[in-house]
Amino acid sequence: MSDIDEELRSELQRQGIWVTSMQELYNWGRKNSIWPLQFGLACCAIEMIATAASRYDIARFGGEIFRPSPRQADLMIVAGTVTKKMAPQIVRLYNQMPDPKYVISMGACAISGGPFKQGYNVLKGIDRYIPVDVYIPGCPPRPEALLHAFMELQRKIDEQKLTGAGKAAHLDRTHPSEFPVPAFGAHDLEPAANADVFRPMKIERT
Amino acid sequence: MMDSPEQIKTRIESAVPGAKIDIVLNGSPSQQSSLLIDKEHARQIAQFLRDDAALRLDFCSNVTGMDWLDRVVTKKVIVKKIVEGEEKEAEETQQEKIPGYLEAVYHLYSIEHKHGPIIIRMRTNDRSAEAPLPSLTPIWRSAEFQEREIFDLYGIRFDGHPDLRRILMWDEFKDYPMRKDYRDPDDYEYEPTPHDDVLERAKQHYAPRPQLDGAENITAQP
Amino acid sequence: MTTTIQTLEPAERPLQIMSSRLEGELLEVSMGPQHPSTHGVFRMNVALDGEIVRKLKPVFGYLHRNHEKIGENMSYLGSMPYTDRLDYFCSMTNNWAYALSVEKLAGIEVPERAEYLRIILAELTRLQNHASLLGFLLSDMGAWGTPLMYAFREREKILDLFESLSGSRMMCDYMRFGGCRVDASADWLAGAKKIVDAFPKFLDEFEKLIVENEILIARTQEVGKLSADLAISAGITGPMLRACGVNYDIRKVDGYGFYPRFKFRIPLGEHGDTYDRLMMRALEMRESIGILKQAFEQIPEGPIMNPKVKIRGFRPPVGEAYGRIEAPKGELGFYLISDGSPNPYRYRVRPPSFINLTILEDLCLGHTVADVMVILGSVDIVMGEVDR
Repeated sequence: MSDIDEELRSELQRQGIWVTSMQELYNWGRKNSIWPLQFGLACCAIEMIATAASRYDIARFGGEIFRPSPRQADLMIVAGTVTKKMAPQIVRLYNQMPDPKYVISMGACAISGGPFKQGYNVLKGIDRYIPVDVYIPGCPPRPEALLHAFMELQRKIDEQKLTGAGKAAHLDRTHPSEFPVPAFGAHDLEPAANADVFRPMKIERT
Repeated sequence: MMDSPEQIKTRIESAVPGAKIDIVLNGSPSQQSSLLIDKEHARQIAQFLRDDAALRLDFCSNVTGMDWLDRVVTKKVIVKKIVEGEEKEAEETQQEKIPGYLEAVYHLYSIEHKHGPIIIRMRTNDRSAEAPLPSLTPIWRSAEFQEREIFDLYGIRFDGHPDLRRILMWDEFKDYPMRKDYRDPDDYEYEPTPHDDVLERAKQHYAPRPQLDGAENITAQP
Repeated sequence: MTTTIQTLEPAERPLQIMSSRLEGELLEVSMGPQHPSTHGVFRMNVALDGEIVRKLKPVFGYLHRNHEKIGENMSYLGSMPYTDRLDYFCSMTNNWAYALSVEKLAGIEVPERAEYLRIILAELTRLQNHASLLGFLLSDMGAWGTPLMYAFREREKILDLFESLSGSRMMCDYMRFGGCRVDASADWLAGAKKIVDAFPKFLDEFEKLIVENEILIARTQEVGKLSADLAISAGITGPMLRACGVNYDIRKVDGYGFYPRFKFRIPLGEHGDTYDRLMMRALEMRESIGILKQAFEQIPEGPIMNPKVKIRGFRPPVGEAYGRIEAPKGELGFYLISDGSPNPYRYRVRPPSFINLTILEDLCLGHTVADVMVILGSVDIVMGEVDR
């Protein structure tokens, strides 16, 4: 957008001429029709339904079309505790979604395991296997928080570039769009995290 | 009014010959004492409890497992000793080792007479993997999934169960996670507020760096 | 979603069906864990003969988040917020069941006002649970959207009440052993009364929509019939048991709280089919409104917490207790064993929706695959409670 002078643009707009760029038009279309995957895991899913229901009405942001099939979805809202038994299915669903695809990690459990972190069957964050675009904390996050995350995602989409060095991941052929599905092991999932995706904080203790 | 556990015990013993029943007293204010029944006659006892006209415990509400580790009980015993040629009574502490066992507990109610609970328990001989107990699913269908859950999480094998498979964990899983000596996989990467056991685990997990401590150790990976 | 199904064997097919058809294999379908109508991450392995269900095996554990194990490593008070997340529609009744069990274990008395508050909140929970269940069930039947929107409109009003009282919409963490956490103001009670008084209007509207709806009747009557004997043997509780005509409501049987002081009836079904189970919820909501109205009139002033109870550093005496209440989905029980330490030695939840699923296969056999969703919806499950 830097190519067009902002002042000139607004002047033209006043005269009834709307100037835009391919990138702006493309992102404007994409960000206002995000179709989420109809897929709930736990408590947060109920708040997700509440967001879609009458009072909070996610349709105002163009996200009301919840698709039960991953093939038709743009956005995966990981709403709830991801267990180790469920994690392979989530990665598989993510792999089945067409590009461009985004992930909102909704609630403390999906971010890090949350209150259930000490559970033997709880995955300590979905970002161990798939990349996450927006994290919303809360247990569960209020519908307003989900709407906020949705708007953050829209902002992110709006800023994605079509060409050049920092172009959007789905346009970059070298960028992986599918990730390996973990296998059920005798004691834990194998591998316990995908090292290509998961870059944890490193802490050392005395 | 429902019979007391003692009355039920005598009635079972007269109805099921050879049945061995102990009453496990409960010291808490809930007053829910239970009957410890022997494995060999468990099915007959359960059938009696369900079909007896006065009891009619037709509703098995809750079935659960329990893990009791080996424990040492210290008892004070009065022993007679000969001290300086004289026989005296002296107190002596004796230690008795009770080997660990797994336990299955059934909470029974009657929908017909609206009374309950009667609690029955069964114990395995030891804590080995797949220690056997008789299944009571043929008597109460409601035990079906709950016994599977005990098999999954505690590793008690219920003989006579129609479909004994893991229910909550995946089939390839090898451990019995609800046992007291189970250690879950070490996958704590980041624990901002460690406390007690978690701190101990965090210490084992992270390589020690004695020259540093506290919050400055928390760094983002480049 | 997986491709291999090891758990199914070929079901026996009756000859009279086979004679009029070509020889065919049974089709094995894995429904879930990602499925729009499985109410979470429930999965069923179904063997189909055409459209007819010949075998159905539920697969659990996709939300097994180790509630019991965490409860054993947690203080008695620390487990209270976790109970909210069991059945995440009904945190208040979960709190109550847990508080009741600890009170049994330690012999704690509860002040009168707290008991009334508990009843008010439990019945409000029942209203919003049953309302949303009806919405979801109709959604499963194909009435996509509208009934669920109506139900959630009412639910939001009740959640506002919960939020203004406890600070959270869903995870209320409101009750404590020996009472409740915060007192309800007169304004709150007046506001709650207003919402409860307006609720029958929603019910009238909703019942007009569904009760005599031809499609709904075709989809639910004679579908998923459950006999009383099987229901009792399988430990079915709650509205599902009463839909079979068995008069068993723990509010009446145990008389916990102050329920014996209230006048209410127990709706009973006749056929035990999906329609009866659905109507049971609608009728129970009417009785709940009656209980709430009585409670608003009778609620006394007074303390809401037993001052003798030390909830921090709480150590109950050695022993065990099983306490249960009539949660909206059935009998919710907590079985606690104390060894005298601050943590329970054994912490067990008796989840109603898990045990109500025992007979899912019996209900679905012989029906079409589309009916499976309706039958499952009428069981009223919440995965947080099923898998814990």
